[in-house]
Amino acid sequence: MLRIPCPWCGPRDESEFRYRGDASVVRPAAQAATADFIDYVYQRDNPRGWHCEWWLHTGGCRQLLRVERHTLTDEIRTVTAARDLTP
Amino acid sequence: MVIVGGGGHGLATAYYLAAHHGISDVAVLERGPIGLGNVGRNTTIVRSNYFHPDNIRFYDLSLRLWEGLERELNFNAMVSQRGTLNLFHTEAQRDLFTRRANLMRLLGADAQSLDREQVRRRVPLVDLDNGRYPVLGGFLQPRGGTVRHDAVAWGYARGASAAGVDIVEHCEVTGIACAGGRVTGVHTRHGLIGADVVCLAVAGHSSHLAAMAGLRLPIETHLLQAFVSEAVKPLIDVVLTYGAGHFYVSQSDKGGLVFGGGIDGYNNYGQRGTLPMAEEVAAAAVTLLPGLARLKVLRQWGGVMDMSMDGSPIISTTALAGLVLNGGWCYGGFKAIPAGGLTTAHLIAHGSPHPLAAHLSLTRFVTGRIVDERGIGPYPYAH
Repeated sequence: MLRIPCPWCGPRDESEFRYRGDASVVRPAAQAATADFIDYVYQRDNPRGWHCEWWLHTGGCRQLLRVERHTLTDEIRTVTAARDLTP
Repeated sequence: MVIVGGGGHGLATAYYLAAHHGISDVAVLERGPIGLGNVGRNTTIVRSNYFHPDNIRFYDLSLRLWEGLERELNFNAMVSQRGTLNLFHTEAQRDLFTRRANLMRLLGADAQSLDREQVRRRVPLVDLDNGRYPVLGGFLQPRGGTVRHDAVAWGYARGASAAGVDIVEHCEVTGIACAGGRVTGVHTRHGLIGADVVCLAVAGHSSHLAAMAGLRLPIETHLLQAFVSEAVKPLIDVVLTYGAGHFYVSQSDKGGLVFGGGIDGYNNYGQRGTLPMAEEVAAAAVTLLPGLARLKVLRQWGGVMDMSMDGSPIISTTALAGLVLNGGWCYGGFKAIPAGGLTTAHLIAHGSPHPLAAHLSLTRFVTGRIVDERGIGPYPYAH
């Protein structure tokens, strides 16, 4: 059981959240090449180590969070509210 | 050539290369002992009841190979075609299963629809009248069933070894050597092994190994758990799946119920498994089969899976000449071992895909011809 420290609700069980995938991918500009969009939609680093990912606090404040978690140890290093990130 | 990974697909590929194509200059490199990864710890189910026609053909090739496997390998793999029975609980599900059954029969596979009374006779333990998810009927593939997983690894390993393949255990690959845009070998803990062709069959770790060759893959690594109960007298003589949650169960010859559910749901290499999914699987088990409520779980296992972006596997050449990928099996790799090995060996031996596995090429993510079995989209955690 992960305990995710939500900036609003404090440490909460993972079962309150919904996982929304890799947060490191960035949508290319509209005029970018097709290859850039293919990378964006399909290709992933899939690291065995630190991973930035989206978690939606569906069973709590309903805020979208960017969590930095280690995929081997499940340690959580940082949690940032999506709205506090610079686009 | 070198095959990285002494699991089901690596050993089967080596076997078919040596036994069917006469290519025995093959080394299978395995980080630990062979057969102790996912191939030895899954729920042992084999079936070909897919939705996508290309998938039905591919998995039915696998099922036909399972049917002849023991003769082919002269090894008792305990292939048991006890049938796989998918239950449905809504009329929409019934229509979908009926469509699948019709499509399977058109393509030469087998499928039958069962009504409630037939389900009751087949599996009396099922709570047909559950207040929330009553069972309306079932979708049976009589040729589906189970196979003794360890015997698959050992049977293919013995066959490959007898045909001249070298199986090297405790030989972890630490790098992929390339020059002039093509692969030239692999670096291992015991030194460099030169090879014109390197095949990765390391499901769960494909991204990690491909990164050694500078490649990114349309794959995320996720965790799947399997559970075994204490042994009891014969209770369930079919592979049973629940339609209102993710749960599948069969009974091993030792008497333990072997069961599982969905992936834990977020990128994970931990090989442990977490309690929320264990609880969800147990809840589904006792909702469908209330009689199991007092049964104890004997052991649990967490393994890592390649979850591909469209939920279908990858058998393909890559951007690096000479590097072949067998991966992306999601959590359905076991049933595909014979077809995966046969078609990967074909790809290596002929340089072109086997006709029944051509749809599994990596190029589908470029051309857009993806094979999204459940229509979910590029979200591996949802497949």
